[in-house]
This record gives sequence, structure tokens and C-alpha cells, in this order.
Amino acid sequence: METPSGNKGNRLKRSQRHIKFESFFRRLLSVVGLSMIVLVIGIMITLVVQSIPSLKASGAGYLWGKTWDPVADVYGAYPFLLGTLLTSFLALLISIPFSFGVAVVLGEYYPKGWLPDLLKNTVELIAAVPSVIYGFWGLAVLVPMVRTIEVKLGYEPIGMGIFSSSLILAVMVIPYAATLGRSLIQMVPSMLKEAAYSLGATRWEVVKSVIFPYTRSGLFAGVLLSLGRALGETMAVTMVIGNTSLIPKNIFSPGNTMASVIANEFTEADHPVYLSALIELGLVLFLVTVVINMAGKKLISGFTNE
Amino acid sequence: MKDIHIKFRIGKSIFFQAFAILLSVSCVIPLVAILLYILDAGFKTIRTNGFQFLTNLPKPVGEAGGGIANALLGSIIIITVASVVAIPFGILCGIYLSENRKSRWAYWSRLCVDILQGVPSIVIGIVAYFWLVKPFGGFSAFSGSMALAIMMLPIVIRSTEETLKLLPDSLREAAYALGMPFHRVILKVIVPCGISGILSGVMLSVARIAGETAPLLFTAFGNPYVSMRLDKPMQSMPLLIFNYATSPYNDWHDLAWGASLVLLVWVLLLNILTKIIARRWKVQF
Repeated sequence: METPSGNKGNRLKRSQRHIKFESFFRRLLSVVGLSMIVLVIGIMITLVVQSIPSLKASGAGYLWGKTWDPVADVYGAYPFLLGTLLTSFLALLISIPFSFGVAVVLGEYYPKGWLPDLLKNTVELIAAVPSVIYGFWGLAVLVPMVRTIEVKLGYEPIGMGIFSSSLILAVMVIPYAATLGRSLIQMVPSMLKEAAYSLGATRWEVVKSVIFPYTRSGLFAGVLLSLGRALGETMAVTMVIGNTSLIPKNIFSPGNTMASVIANEFTEADHPVYLSALIELGLVLFLVTVVINMAGKKLISGFTNE
Repeated sequence: MKDIHIKFRIGKSIFFQAFAILLSVSCVIPLVAILLYILDAGFKTIRTNGFQFLTNLPKPVGEAGGGIANALLGSIIIITVASVVAIPFGILCGIYLSENRKSRWAYWSRLCVDILQGVPSIVIGIVAYFWLVKPFGGFSAFSGSMALAIMMLPIVIRSTEETLKLLPDSLREAAYALGMPFHRVILKVIVPCGISGILSGVMLSVARIAGETAPLLFTAFGNPYVSMRLDKPMQSMPLLIFNYATSPYNDWHDLAWGASLVLLVWVLLLNILTKIIARRWKVQF
């Protein structure tokens, strides 16, 4: 029955070797799996430890201090918090109609066929384009366009600023809410939809009063994932936001986000408190994105388990 | 009266359907605009600089005929090192998570993978700086590779786990019934059956990090010359694009457009290849 070479002693040796290797393999898997926990905790500890000098120097006032002046050793993160929130929420506001549009069209109106397939793949490719390329394109094409808009509206024609970065971000985050929304909309039980149709509802009424309410938490989770992406996005924003530590006056004025300040100033930070203040920004960014992503994941898992 | 009301509702339904189609189709516009613009600008660079563009070093401002050889080589080296570390590690971790679905440790491990997936790339850069740059006294390509490896892990792990979870238990049970030891069941039965999903996750992760700039800013740092040493700063494609795009010189902008074209083609090809693999080799049960 066994391989030709198999006399009894050999077989015994081999199975002992197998058993030994089996337990080694199991242990290896556990070590690798648990090292992920170590990695994440390590990231957190590193961030916290390195921000201690700044925590000591600025205390809790760090978050709402209005001036960021490394020369005078004053660090207030408020301009960047504001910049981050403004760009991210503006980007969400712009992108939500589009991503929900994609989700409804691919999930409900046209779930099959080569043209919807093409649309689906193209939207997924939006997420594949490197952010530095979005930034470069934004710098070359979008910024001049925004500048002409600013001239027409009577704002200072800078071009770079909150609004430009929001536009770029809006394009970049469309796929996250769209692909999730599509798969959730496809999961709506057809019984519910058919019941609505049999009551005489039109297609739009089914979308509005069956599909949207049913998938509401899931769609919201998609928006949260988009938000998580937008908050942490660095390169594209750094290239088109204008990079100033002043508090933005309106949505066209230049500013900075937490990620873009870190990218710009990290290698220039020449004294420990300055560096530590930048790392504290990273810590805030880390905590915020973790909370947002966890909330999103929780909503999705709640939805799919139902 | 009733008739008009029904017609209004039908009209409204058609209107919103058309509106949704319009919205979703207009999503494609920016992507197409970016593709066309970069194709145009990139080919212009390649036309003026010739194909030596790929093998020349960048020249100082004002001199014609610069190239991106250092960045291309640097990117390939950095990505290769990152892959060598992250792919085996990620696949093993994915196996662990799919084999231990109910254990408490696996739950925490899975949670950490989720967290890692959401961590902004710039934060990974900061951490890699403190782990691998500062203790070893200087920017290095290796630290950049490790930062990218951390970014690859969650993608590889999740796609491995999701693929293996879908395999039927009967497969595993049949293998055990034949007396196969655990590691051979995994390596000879489970992994080969899910190879298409694992492979597409791997390729997606490579495509993802190929364009990643933020973690490299404080780790690989960039280098105007060809460097093969992992313990020294090294240039990479996205870093070159970032540095040249934000410079005030037109020559350098041209180089950056050329590099953008190369990077974009590279990343999109990987993505499309992934889709094809996922479709072609899909094992159905």
C-alpha cells in the first residue's frame, strides 16, 4: 500500500518526522498570527512614547492651540485639525452622490452585462491609481481650473487650497463607498422588492423606500470607510493644498491637513519637541482612523450577519 | 386625475434612473481625463528624451536627455525586498486566521489586521523611521521596504483568509482521512486550491505599494544616483514623481510625467492582470 521504499522502520521514522513538523508548523502559524497583534501594539506604543515630549510641553491645549510656529516653539494643531476635517467632509459631500449613484446602478438597475461590468472595473481602477499621480494631475490640471473659478467668484486666485484638495479626494474615495454599497444593495432580499412592486411601487419608489432603508447602515459604513481614507490621504493633498500653517479663512484658502504637515515638515524638524509635536499629529490621525474604520467594520458585520 | 398622478410617478422613476446612470457614468470622467493627460504628457517626454529615458540618470536642470533609471531600479529593489518579507508572512497569517476561526487569539489578530489596513500610510512611515532609520543611523532602502511590507500585509492576509474560508470542509476532511499531517493538508491541498485568490491578493498588494509615496518619505528618502545598497537611501518612482512634480523646473516636470506614465502603466497592468487571474483560475466548488 505504501511507497515502494516503505518497510516498517522507515515508515515509523517518517511519521514521527511528520508529527514533529506538524507541531512545528502549527506553532509557526500561531507565532505569525500573534505577531500581528504585537505589530499593531508596537505601532501604538511607538507613537505614544515618541509624542510624550510634546504632550509634556503643550498638554491638552495642543489640540485647540491656534498657532503652529516651530520657530517660537509653539505648537497648536487646530489649523490642521480644521484643514483635515474641512477637506475630508467636503470631499465626502462631493463624492457621496456619485458613489451612491454607482452603487444603485450596479446593484439594482443593471447588475449584469458587459457594460456594467466595465463600469464596475473602471470604478475599481480609480482606487488603483497612485495618489502621487492624482496629486500631480491635480497640480497641473485642477489647480488652474480652480484658479479661474476663484477669479470669477472674486476670491484670491491661488488655486491651491482646501477646495482643490477636496475635489481630488472626492475622486479618490468614490470607489470605497461605491463597491461596498453595490454588494450590499445586491443582498437586499428580492421578496421585499417584489412585495413593493406588487403594491404598485415604481422602480424609484422601491429604491427609495425599500433598498435605501434596508441598506442604510451598510451605506453609512461605506461612507465611513471613505472618510477613513480621506483623513489619512497624504500625497495628493500635500501637493495641492498650498501648505500653510494659517487657519483657513474659507474653502478656497490654502491650508494643511495633519497628514500633509507630517509629510512636509518631518524631515525638517530640527528639535525634539517639534518632531514630537508632528508625531502627536500622527498619533491623533492613527486613533481617529482606527475608530472610524472599526465603526465601519462593525456596521458591515452587523449588516451581513442579519 | 389619477392617470396624471401615475404618469408623474413613472416619469419621476425614469428621471431618477437616468440621473443615477448619469452620476455613475460621470465617475469615469476624471479617471479617463487623468489617463489621457498622462498618456499625452508622458509620451511627449519619451519622444523628446528617447527610450534612453528609462536607462539614463536624471540630468541637472537645463541639460537635455535625463532619465529615471535610478528610480526604476530603486522601485524594483524596494518592492522585491518588501514582497520577500510580506508575502510568506502574510500567507501564513492568512492560513492561521482561516484555520482558527473561533479562537480568541485569532479574533484579536484579525482585529489587528483590520486596524492595520486602515492606518494611514504616513503613520507607517513615522513608525518605520523610529524602528529602522533612527537606530541604524540614517535613511535606508531597507527601512522603506519594511514600511511597504507592513502596508502589504493586511491585503495579503485578508485575501488569503477570505479565499481559504470559502473552501469546503470536505476537502480538508478527505485529506485528513487519508492520514495526511496538518502541514501537508495545508500546503498540498488547501493552499493549491485557493491559489488564485491568494495570488490575486498578492498582486493587488504589490500594485498598491508600487505607487505608495508617503511611507518612503522618511525611510528610503530618495537618491539622485543609482544605488544598489539596501543600507543607503534609494530613489523610487513615486518619490521621484513627488520631488520633481513639486519642483519649479519644467525639465523636471517632464521627467515626472514620463515617470508617471511608466508607474501608471505598471500599476494598472498589475490590477488588470489580477482580475484576469482571479477569473481564469477560479476553483469552483
